[in-house]
Amino acid sequence: MKVTVHVWRQKNASAAGKFVTYPMDDISPDMSFLEMLDVLNDRLEERGEEPVAFESDCREGICGNCSMVINGTPHGPMRNTTACQLHMRSFSDGEDIYIEPWRAKAFPPIKDLVVDRGALDRVIQAGGYISVRTGSAQDANALPIPKLDVDLAMDAATCIGCGACVAACPNSSAMLFTAAKISHLGLLPQGQTERMERVRNMVRQHDDELFGSCTNYGECQDACPKGISINFIGHLNRDFLKANFLKVKNPRREVESQ
Amino acid sequence: MTLDSNIPEGPIQDKWDNHRFSMKLVNPANKRKYSIIVVGTGLAGASAAASFAELGYKVKAFCYQDSARRAHSIAAQGGINAAKNYPNDGDSVWRLFYDTVKGGDYRSREANVYRLAQISTNIIDQCVAQGVPFARDYGGLLDNRSFGGAQVSRTFYARGQTGQQLLLGAYQALSKEVARGQVELVTNTEMQDLVVVDGHAKGIIVRDLRTGELSMHAADAVVLATGGYSNVFYLSTNAMGCNVTAAWRAHKRGAFFANPCYTQIHPTCIPVSGDHQSKLTLMSESLRNDGRIWVPRDKDETRRASDIPEEDRYYYLEERYPSFGNLVPRDVASRNAKERCDSGFGVGQTGLGVYLDFRDSINRLGENAVRERYGNLFEMYERITDESPYKVPMRIFPAPHYTMGGLWVDYNLMSNLPGLFVIGEANFSDHGSNRLGASALMQGLADGYFVIPYTIGNYLARQTPGSVTTEASEFSQVESEVRDRIETIVNLDGERSVDSVHRELGRLMWNECGMERNADGLQGALKEIPSIRDQFWQNASVPGTSGELNQTLERAMRIADFLEFAEVMCTDAYERNESCGGHFRSEYQTEEGEALRNDEDYSYVAAWEFNGVGQKPTLHKEPLAFDHVPLTQRSYK
Repeated sequence: MKVTVHVWRQKNASAAGKFVTYPMDDISPDMSFLEMLDVLNDRLEERGEEPVAFESDCREGICGNCSMVINGTPHGPMRNTTACQLHMRSFSDGEDIYIEPWRAKAFPPIKDLVVDRGALDRVIQAGGYISVRTGSAQDANALPIPKLDVDLAMDAATCIGCGACVAACPNSSAMLFTAAKISHLGLLPQGQTERMERVRNMVRQHDDELFGSCTNYGECQDACPKGISINFIGHLNRDFLKANFLKVKNPRREVESQ
Repeated sequence: MTLDSNIPEGPIQDKWDNHRFSMKLVNPANKRKYSIIVVGTGLAGASAAASFAELGYKVKAFCYQDSARRAHSIAAQGGINAAKNYPNDGDSVWRLFYDTVKGGDYRSREANVYRLAQISTNIIDQCVAQGVPFARDYGGLLDNRSFGGAQVSRTFYARGQTGQQLLLGAYQALSKEVARGQVELVTNTEMQDLVVVDGHAKGIIVRDLRTGELSMHAADAVVLATGGYSNVFYLSTNAMGCNVTAAWRAHKRGAFFANPCYTQIHPTCIPVSGDHQSKLTLMSESLRNDGRIWVPRDKDETRRASDIPEEDRYYYLEERYPSFGNLVPRDVASRNAKERCDSGFGVGQTGLGVYLDFRDSINRLGENAVRERYGNLFEMYERITDESPYKVPMRIFPAPHYTMGGLWVDYNLMSNLPGLFVIGEANFSDHGSNRLGASALMQGLADGYFVIPYTIGNYLARQTPGSVTTEASEFSQVESEVRDRIETIVNLDGERSVDSVHRELGRLMWNECGMERNADGLQGALKEIPSIRDQFWQNASVPGTSGELNQTLERAMRIADFLEFAEVMCTDAYERNESCGGHFRSEYQTEEGEALRNDEDYSYVAAWEFNGVGQKPTLHKEPLAFDHVPLTQRSYK
């Protein structure tokens, strides 16, 4: 099949970017979308031109590295599918394909389709964990957890941290990402001790990173390659309200300020 | 030099306990004076870095990805073994130990494997406490499944995403320590070389992948957790960025490379669809629990799979290995698939595939039960192939997946270079010549959470903290060598894309040093590798500059190392005149076509010493003793 790709090329953060058009002939429908870009890059390299910079690693839809907006949709047209798992058979012969990076204030551009998603890591560092030291755990079966609770926690935990929710959101909010971690840990008994402190700290970090607020557009759950439900943002909001209402103290900060 | 494995004295059950007692400790108040570098943030690296930091050491952790959460451990699907015996089906530490030594075809160290089995139970406790959502039954207790050739159910799992959940647990523990300021996490950074000062590993040179800047980092010890080298085959189930560079650079600085020819070919991967293929996708081997593997009995079969009646289907694993059936170890399953395809019975357009059929399980258990177990794997398969495994059998073919070989380490996980520790897939220690399913996650986390936090203290206690800084002349010396090499590569101005060279190397390695090897083929490969290497240095094209994000340059540098590494891999395969586990030399097989070991002459670890590019490396042997698991010919009949 033949397609025409229009790729966002941007030398670096300070340079202006623009779409550059590349006609691609003899593309196999069984190629993955990123393999199509590999073919393009191979040709560019052989001509001594700079290939298109884009991120990908596992190419199995689980590492969360690939990150591109394809024809206006993060990860492209197929639901519950990362860009690396998308195949050319999802496009029609002769189609024009526009490829852009994630665009959000919290994701500064690096080059071409690569942006800096370090903000997501910093949101996790603000409290997206259970503080258990290596070696201090009790027997794994000492605490039964209802299967439905674990299954729901797993639905949230399946987030791959790609940032598609941010790219899809008109407010560039990372609420779905943040809510997924808060729900994963908050639904489990092990996560209760730090639950209120966690939600306050993670939401504060989320806002400090210049992610926008959630106003219930719902674009995030449509774009999420793992099908994570917007209901988890409800979990987050409930915990956040409760934590603020109860004026839960932040023990770590209290200790630090003493 | 003689290789000392430093295996503690005493009965095997007591070795680790005794050793923990006899090791020197670092005083709690002194721990913060010591710094440790950890390269790689997969299961082994992240768990080690987090555990070091909790103990009070200063840690610098590096990864090439943009986030520590993206290391390739994340892609492990099936599960993690532990000798918990929750299902009450007769499992024990001893049985896990026994199975692992036997499964590794008697080429691993008994003492290491016993320790691994002992620690396995602590890992599950630790992960559950971190919030890893393992599958549970309706009573709320942890569920287990049997996996990859085990006759007991000892595998814990989180849907088909166990690696992801375990890695996120370790990543979160790491994030906690980053927040406390105990770990400095440096992402988008690739190790370029190791710095050795007075015979001890004391630091590394890294390149910032976004700016191209080189920087020097000194520490009291260096831990490599940099994964395996399956990408030497170009097509493998590893992530695109997985590479041998860190291990290879350490090897060139004196660390021995052990058993590089032990590579694992995973039996259940999605077949190649064409030349454009960039990587292979693994389907968890747990599929073999409920899927039945077959090919048509007739070479010229033209009917659709679902129309072929029972009597015309050859369930070759079930017929050839009645007691293990579809659950034979990976090497056996892979070789049988290749044998069927080589004999002309393969299915699919390329003829390089066999069926993995869920029809009977769906009839027996219902579609919902099958969906519950494998739903996400079926979806992934359908996305890639456009076929639904609920309706038609999957097509699978073996693919390079894991490398049992790696840098040589002693019982303390320290290489022959003092101060250089190697953990996870990057070392060679626990899997012998073949790894059992669900044992990689176990080993990575055992090394990181429960072994190296103790053993590194034993080394550090003998060192003066901060005795070496980047002021040492060795640092600037190595840095300038790295700089020269990068400039040479970035100025390559030929006509071939670097990937095309990598593909050529990969094809050669797959054909001559893949699932099956023989002396002639390996000799040929050893002649051909230098000419591919010349192709690279003379004819590759690397556009762009070194002072920016340059992904072609990154790949080119990794390929340059694979092109050197491939030789020691073939040399090792050539010199090992026997078959064992994943190393199958076609000259050495039983009448039944099984791997034929030569315990008399080859019951040793082959540790290779670097002598220069293109020079034959020197072989050092570490003899292996089997006092607890009697040496037998593996049989899965």
